[in-house]
Amino acid sequence: MTGMQFGIFTVGDVTPDPTTDRAPTEAERIRATVAIARKAEEVGLDVFATGEHHNPPFVPSSPTTLLGYIAAVTERIILSTSTTLITTNDPVKIAEDFSVLQHLADGRTDVMLGRGNTGPVYPWFGQDIRQAIPLTVEHYGLLRRLWREEVVDWEGKLRTPLQSFTLAPRPLDGIPPFVWHGSIRTPEIAELAAYYGDGYFANHIFWPASHTRTMIELYRKRFEHYGHGTPEAAVVGLGGHVFIRPNSQDAVREFRPYFDNGPVYGHGPSLEEFTSLTPLTVGSPQQVIDKTLGFRDYAGDYQRQLFLVDHAGLPLKTVLEQLDLLGGEVVPVLRKEFAVGRSPDAPDAPTHQSLLRARDAGTGPQTPQTPQTPGS
Amino acid sequence: MATKIVIITAGLREPSSTRLLADRLGTSVRTELTLAGSTVESSFVELRPLGHAIIDAMLSGFPTAPLEEAFGTVAEADGVIAVTPAFNASFSGLFKAFFDVLPEDTLSDMPVLIGASGGTERHSLVLEHALRPMFSYLHAIVSPRGVYAATDDFGSHESGAALADRISRAAADYARLVQGCGPRQPHDAFAEDVAAMERLLQRDSS
Repeated sequence: MTGMQFGIFTVGDVTPDPTTDRAPTEAERIRATVAIARKAEEVGLDVFATGEHHNPPFVPSSPTTLLGYIAAVTERIILSTSTTLITTNDPVKIAEDFSVLQHLADGRTDVMLGRGNTGPVYPWFGQDIRQAIPLTVEHYGLLRRLWREEVVDWEGKLRTPLQSFTLAPRPLDGIPPFVWHGSIRTPEIAELAAYYGDGYFANHIFWPASHTRTMIELYRKRFEHYGHGTPEAAVVGLGGHVFIRPNSQDAVREFRPYFDNGPVYGHGPSLEEFTSLTPLTVGSPQQVIDKTLGFRDYAGDYQRQLFLVDHAGLPLKTVLEQLDLLGGEVVPVLRKEFAVGRSPDAPDAPTHQSLLRARDAGTGPQTPQTPQTPGS
Repeated sequence: MATKIVIITAGLREPSSTRLLADRLGTSVRTELTLAGSTVESSFVELRPLGHAIIDAMLSGFPTAPLEEAFGTVAEADGVIAVTPAFNASFSGLFKAFFDVLPEDTLSDMPVLIGASGGTERHSLVLEHALRPMFSYLHAIVSPRGVYAATDDFGSHESGAALADRISRAAADYARLVQGCGPRQPHDAFAEDVAAMERLLQRDSS
């Protein structure tokens, strides 16, 4: 696969179907998630990503367990997260979990790190939400070293020190999983991604595109500032939210009760207002294609597009039909159209193989070049 | 450069006694500032037409275009005059809701003149126990003298003269405050966050 990757990301919510009032059991939801991931591969998508949540009504509290299982029943699709909580998870455990997953999935894995903004979760894992940003910086600094250095001596402020620690297993082929940093509107996260030359993923759903534009401009500008290349060489991913039926009126009629009662947007602005204000697209395959191609107008040529398709109590059968339309009619056109006029400076979406080739060719990502400021 | 005064008013009816008070405060402040040699540009942010947008912003987490425009108008002001009807011993819910969705720090260091209108003078302390603490919390610089107008103030000649006197005293105080504070730089929280993060990253890796 070259150029862009297309896939889906799931929140993993257990929400009653508003048209039947029936909620799936947790077991049904977890099995449905696996079925959705397998279907995503079957219809030709490139990426499946799961969220991480530690409270009801969500089920994915242990993402690498879920992804490890999916790795065993798929062959080609990249397994990722949306997001892995860099604040509340211990970086040593993140390094271990993803190293094992990388070996099991034969390199078909990367990771999207996020801060997490659910206050009560922090103390469940012994952390303090007031330290969210310092935790992000310190934990990620350690995680990078664990994946890159054989023996790590480390001391920070927010975690006990490590002495002569060696991660086991080492990352597959010595190549750490590619890291995306995901955020909705926190400029600090775009700055973090730019500093290390990692990927930046703008959540892009539930919010107006103007926020996404601002964040991506910031990331691209700072990516260049830190010496990783031109702004076009930065690695950008976007979320999106779609509901597709062959006929657009059918899509609107069928999706409306899920929108009106859904978590996040229910009982607020109307479906029509929301689709005009945010990237949400409810309509025909052609409408989804047109809207998605428009993302490039403000994000530039980008690398990864993930869609949310299984939210707000939609039944599994409907979700699988969405994937048929996405894989069958939408993504093939997007692949072709996004390739037209794509800047030669825009990198292909990173994979384990591409990182391995880059490392062997000596063109892999460089360590951050911190500009010296007077007095620092 | 003109001094930008933005008048936020939460009156519900037309004509509204809240808007009437806001108009008079605006005029009086303009007169005082002009006498002191400033050029004044004043504009109104009426909350009633933004009512649905304010609640939508509270539910969805982002403002629609007309509300975002109002936020921009307030952010670029050199001074704000904020006037609400008194409802149930406090400001109106609409008035409070606007400040609940206004981006954080918009009112930091902003000179604010507070006003309220109500059915009887018995509610006049709403200025002191509701408006002043909220604006202090938002780090605004609240002018020492606010103006409360009851229905009776608009009734007789004597009470009308007393209200006019309160308005001109409050406007004179406030004009001196605005002049003392000078032209205001809108806060750029975004740039501040990025700069703080850069410092944190460089400290962590050094």
